[in-house]
Amino acid sequence: MALLDYFLRKKDKQVTTASKAKERLQIIVAHERNSRNTQPDYLPQLTEDILAVLRKYVQVSDNSLSINLDNKNGDLNVLELNIELQDENDKG
Amino acid sequence: MARIIVVTSGKGGVGKTTSSAAIGIGLALKGHKVVLIDFDIGLRNLDLIMGCERRVVYDFVNVINGEATLNQALIRDKRVSSLSILPASQTRDKDALNKENVGKVLEDLGEMFDYIICDSPAGIEAGAMMALYYADEAIVTTNPEVSSVRDSDRILGMLASRSRRAELGLEPIKEHLLLTRYSPKRVEEGEMLSVDDVEEILAIPLLGVIPESQAVLKASNAGEPVILDTESDAGQAYQDVIARLLGEKVDFRFIHAEKKGIFSRIFGG
Repeated sequence: MALLDYFLRKKDKQVTTASKAKERLQIIVAHERNSRNTQPDYLPQLTEDILAVLRKYVQVSDNSLSINLDNKNGDLNVLELNIELQDENDKG
Repeated sequence: MARIIVVTSGKGGVGKTTSSAAIGIGLALKGHKVVLIDFDIGLRNLDLIMGCERRVVYDFVNVINGEATLNQALIRDKRVSSLSILPASQTRDKDALNKENVGKVLEDLGEMFDYIICDSPAGIEAGAMMALYYADEAIVTTNPEVSSVRDSDRILGMLASRSRRAELGLEPIKEHLLLTRYSPKRVEEGEMLSVDDVEEILAIPLLGVIPESQAVLKASNAGEPVILDTESDAGQAYQDVIARLLGEKVDFRFIHAEKKGIFSRIFGG
C-alpha cells in the first residue's frame, strides 16, 4: 500500500518529530545561552548583599529583587536592578 | 606556527575520534606535518581507531611526567609518514594534565608540526577543558539529534569563555560545525533535524556533513580511518572537510536522499 502511505504521509507533514525537536531545541538553547551570558558568578552574592542593605530601611522579601546583566551592542554592559516594594497598607 | 585544532562535542559517541583520525590522515595526505593527540586520559581509543594500539610504548602522561621524551612517545603512522600520534595514558590520573604542562608539550609539538589535532574526551570536565584551552580552531562534532545539539551549544559557550584565547582577550577560537551520522532520507521524512536546522540553532559555519555510513564501523573494525576508504560516502565527505579546512570551496554532498523512481514510489520498496 505504498500509494496510500504516500498520500497519508503528505498530510501529516506539518508536525513532524524533527520540527518538534527544532522548536524544543531553540527554546532550551536560547534559555541556556541567556543564563550563561547574563549570569556572572558574582550575581547571586550581589543579590544577597543588596537585599541585606535594603532590609536596613525597608521590608523586602527574598524574591522582590531581580538582577540582570545585559550586554548591549557587544561593548556596553547594563546592570539592571528591579526592586519591588511591599504596599504599606497591605500588611495584614 | 602550528594550527591547533580541537575536535570536541560535549556529548559522547558522536564521532569525535573517528573525525580526528580522518582529519589527521587527510591533512597529512595533503603533505602537512600533523600530530594527533588523544586527550581522553584513562580511556584512550584514538590508537585503536588509527590501528596503532600495539605500538604504544609511552603516552602523553609519561611525557608530561618527564618519564619519556616526545620523540619516544610519538607513534609515526605507517601509512602516512608525516602523521604522528600521541596516545593518552590508560591509567586513570585525571589530575595529570594542567595548563602549564600541556602548554609546554603543545609548544614543543608546534615546532615539529604544522597541525596539532586535539581529540577531546566527552563531557565538560577537566580533560575536555584541557583539550580546548589552547585551541585556535574548534571542530564541533554534532549529531542531528536533540541531546547532541544541546551539548554542542554548551561546548560553544566553553570555547567562548574558558579557552586561552577568551582569557587573554585574543581573537576568538574559529568554530566549525561538523554534522555526523546524517541521514538525508530520514530528514526528508521529517524524522531528523536537517543541516539547516542545526546550523540555525548553533549559528556557526558548516565545515562538513558526514552521512550515516556502514563504512565507519568497517573502518574502525580494521583500524583504517574511514577517509582512506575513498569509495565510501563517509570517506569522500571527510575529503571534502579537508579541502574546506585548507580553504577550498567545495559543494556539500550527501545531504539529499537519492531520488526514488516513480514506480518504486507507487509500488513501494
